[in-house]
Amino acid sequence: MSAILPPADRLWWKHPIDRVEGTWIALSFVWCMIMFFMMVLWHVYGEQNLSTETYKTTPDAFIAKTQAMVDQYTVRTETDLEVPVVAPPPGSDVYLIARLWSFWPILELEKDKTYRLHLTALDYNHGFSLQPSNINVQVVPGYEHVLTVTPNQSGEFSIVCNEYCGLGHHMMVSRLYVR
Amino acid sequence: MSHATTYRICPRSGLQLEAQAEKLILANAVAAVVFLLIGGILAIGVVLTRWPAVHWLEAATFYQVLTAHGLDMLIFWIIFFEIAVLYFCSSTLLRCRIATPRIAWLAFALMVVGAVVNNIAVYQGASSVMMTSYVPMMAAPSFYLGLILFAVGALIGCFVFLGTLVIARREKTYQGSVPLVTFGATTACIIAVFTIVSGAIILIPTYLQALGIVKHVDPLVYRVIWWAFGHSSQQINVAAHISIWYLVAAVVFGARPMSERVSRGAFLLYILFLQLASAHHLLADPGVSTEWKVVNTSYFMYFAVLASMIHGLTVPGAMEVAQRQKGYTKGLFEWLRKAPWGNPVFSGVFISIIGFGFLGGISGVMMGTEQLNMIIHNTIYVPGHFHATVVVGTTLSFMALTYYLIPVLFKREMIAPRLAKWQPYLFGLSMYFFCLVMMGAGTLGVSRRHWDMAFDGSALAYEWPGAAYMMMGLVGISGIAAIVGGAIYIYVTVGSLLWGKRLEGGAKSDKVTPIPPTAPAAAAQTYGSMGFVAPGTFVLAVVFLIAFVLYYFINWKYLSTLWGLS
Repeated sequence: MSAILPPADRLWWKHPIDRVEGTWIALSFVWCMIMFFMMVLWHVYGEQNLSTETYKTTPDAFIAKTQAMVDQYTVRTETDLEVPVVAPPPGSDVYLIARLWSFWPILELEKDKTYRLHLTALDYNHGFSLQPSNINVQVVPGYEHVLTVTPNQSGEFSIVCNEYCGLGHHMMVSRLYVR
Repeated sequence: MSHATTYRICPRSGLQLEAQAEKLILANAVAAVVFLLIGGILAIGVVLTRWPAVHWLEAATFYQVLTAHGLDMLIFWIIFFEIAVLYFCSSTLLRCRIATPRIAWLAFALMVVGAVVNNIAVYQGASSVMMTSYVPMMAAPSFYLGLILFAVGALIGCFVFLGTLVIARREKTYQGSVPLVTFGATTACIIAVFTIVSGAIILIPTYLQALGIVKHVDPLVYRVIWWAFGHSSQQINVAAHISIWYLVAAVVFGARPMSERVSRGAFLLYILFLQLASAHHLLADPGVSTEWKVVNTSYFMYFAVLASMIHGLTVPGAMEVAQRQKGYTKGLFEWLRKAPWGNPVFSGVFISIIGFGFLGGISGVMMGTEQLNMIIHNTIYVPGHFHATVVVGTTLSFMALTYYLIPVLFKREMIAPRLAKWQPYLFGLSMYFFCLVMMGAGTLGVSRRHWDMAFDGSALAYEWPGAAYMMMGLVGISGIAAIVGGAIYIYVTVGSLLWGKRLEGGAKSDKVTPIPPTAPAAAAQTYGSMGFVAPGTFVLAVVFLIAFVLYYFINWKYLSTLWGLS
C-alpha cells in the first residue's frame, strides 16, 4: 500500500476519494471553466484580440504592395539608409516587411484611428515586438498576416525583432510613430 | 529462451535489482549527467552574455552556445535520465528482468551516437539554429540526423519499457495493478511515443531538405508539427517528475497515495489532453484560426492543468497523511515543520513541487491564454516560465532521485553529505529567483534569444527601461548561483560513483522474488470519503489558488491597456 507497490484493492478506480481531494477537484474545475469563459468573453467584449486573417503570399507580391504604399505616402526619410517614413491615411491597408535584418518602411499612424496592418517575413521567421507597448506577434515567411490595429497612445514606438533570425538579429529594430 | 541473469535485494531499500537492468539504468543515468555537465558549462556562456554589464561572448558564439545549451539540457540530459527512470519503474519496481537487454543497449548506443553527432554539428558552427530549428533557417544535415538517431534510440527504449511491463505481467512478478509510480511512468512512455513520432514526421523532411532532396518544408506547418514534438517532450518530463514525487513520498515517508483513483485519473488526463496544449506555442501565429487556438488551449489544456493541480495537492497531501499517522498532528503544519528538511531527497522534491506550481504552473497558464499570450510571446518571460517547469520541476526532482539512488543503485556511500544537504536549497532557490527576474524582464518586453539588448550597430536602437537592465543583471547573478548549485550536484554524484565507500549490494540469486501480494488493507477503507485528512495541504493549495487568480486577472488588466487589436 504505497505508491511503489501494487494497490491493495485490485479495483483502484473504486478507491474512495477524501473530502480534501473532492473539494479541491471541484474548485480547480470551476477555475478552469472561468479561465475558458474569460477567453471567449474577451472576444465578445474585449478590445485586444489577435486577428488570424491570413493569406499566402510571396516576397515579390508583398514587396510590390509595400512599394506602392511607400511611393504614395512617404513624408520623409530617416537614418543614413534613408528608410522612408510613411503616413498612410486612417482606415487604409498598411504594409510592413520583416527581413534580414531590418523592418521596412517606418510607419506613421494617427492616434485612435484604425489601420489594417499587413505583416510578412521575406526570408526567415521574424518577430514583431512593439515596445514599450509590449505587443508581440510571430511573423512567418510565406504568410501575410493582417491585424487591425488602433493605437491608443501617441509618441515614438519601437519594433524589435524577437524571433532569432541569425547573426544580425540584435540589429533588427525599427520605429513606429503615432501622432 | 534463456534468461541468464541475477537479482539482488538491496539491503538498504529492500528493492530488488536485476543485473542487466541495473547496468542499463546506470549507463543511461551517467550519460544524462554528462550532458547535464556540458549543458551547465554552456549555461555559463549564456548567462554571462545576457548579463548586460558582462556581455561576455561574441554574437556568433553566443547563439551557438545557446543552441547547444537548449539541446543538451532539454533533450539529452532529460531524456537519458527518463529512460533510466522508465527502466527503474518497470524492472525494479515490478521486480522483473528487463525485456531484450541487447536491444536496450542498442537503444542506448543510438542515443549516445545521436547526441554526439548533434553536438558536433552545433560546435562546427553551421547549425546555430536554436533548439527549435524553425525552417527555412537550415542547419547542417548532421544536426537533424543526430536528433533523428537519438529519437529512434529513445523510442526503442520506450518499447523496452513496455516489453518489460508485459514480462512482469506474464511471469506474475506482481499481482493486481501496477504501482502508481509505474502507472505514471507508463503515462510518460505513452506521451513519449507520441512525441517522438511527431518529431520524426517533421525532422525527417527537414533533414531531407538540408540534403537538398526535398525542396520546401512549409514554415507554418513546421511550427505546428514541431511543437507537437517540442512541447509534448516537456509533458514526458511532467509525467516523469510527478511519478518521482510520488516515489519520493513513498520512500521518505512511507506515504501511500491519498486515493489511487484520483492520482491515476489525473495521469490519464495527461495522456488525453497534454499534447493538444502544444497549440499554445502558436497563439501569436498567423494561419491557425482563433477557434482552434481557444479550443486547444482551453478545453484541452485546462484538463491537463486540472491534472497538475490534482497532483500538486495529492503528493504533499499523501506526505501529510503519513506524517500525521506518525503523530505530527499539532496544528495545520506540524507535519511539514517536522519533515526531514536535511534530507536532499525530500527537500529537493518539496522545493520542486512548490516552484513547479507557483512559478511554472501559474506562468504557464497565463502564457497559454489566447489573448494574454500577446504580452509575452517570444520575450524572456518564456524561458523564465520553462526554467521553472523544466529546471525546478524536472531537473531538481531528478537530482533528488539521484541522491536516493546513490546507495541503492551505485552501491556507494554519498561523499560530501553536507554539500548534498545544501545543494537543493542553493540550486532550487536561486532558480526560483532566476525565473522570477526573467519573467519580470519579459513582462517589460525584453526579447529571448537576443545577443544584445543595447542593439549595438543599429541606428534605430530602442532604449529598454532601467528596470529591464537591472533585472537582466539579476538574471546573470542568480544564474551563476544556480550553476554553482548544479556543479555541486555533479560533484557529489560523480564523486560518489568514483570515490564513495563501497556498500554491500545484497546476495545475488538467479531467481526472482516476486512482490508479495498486499493484504487488502483496512486502511484503504478507513480513510477517504469520510474525513478531511490533509487540512494543511488544503490550506497551501488555497493559497496557491488565490495567487493564481490574482496573477491571472492582473495580466488581463495589463492587456486591457494595450492598443486596440481585432
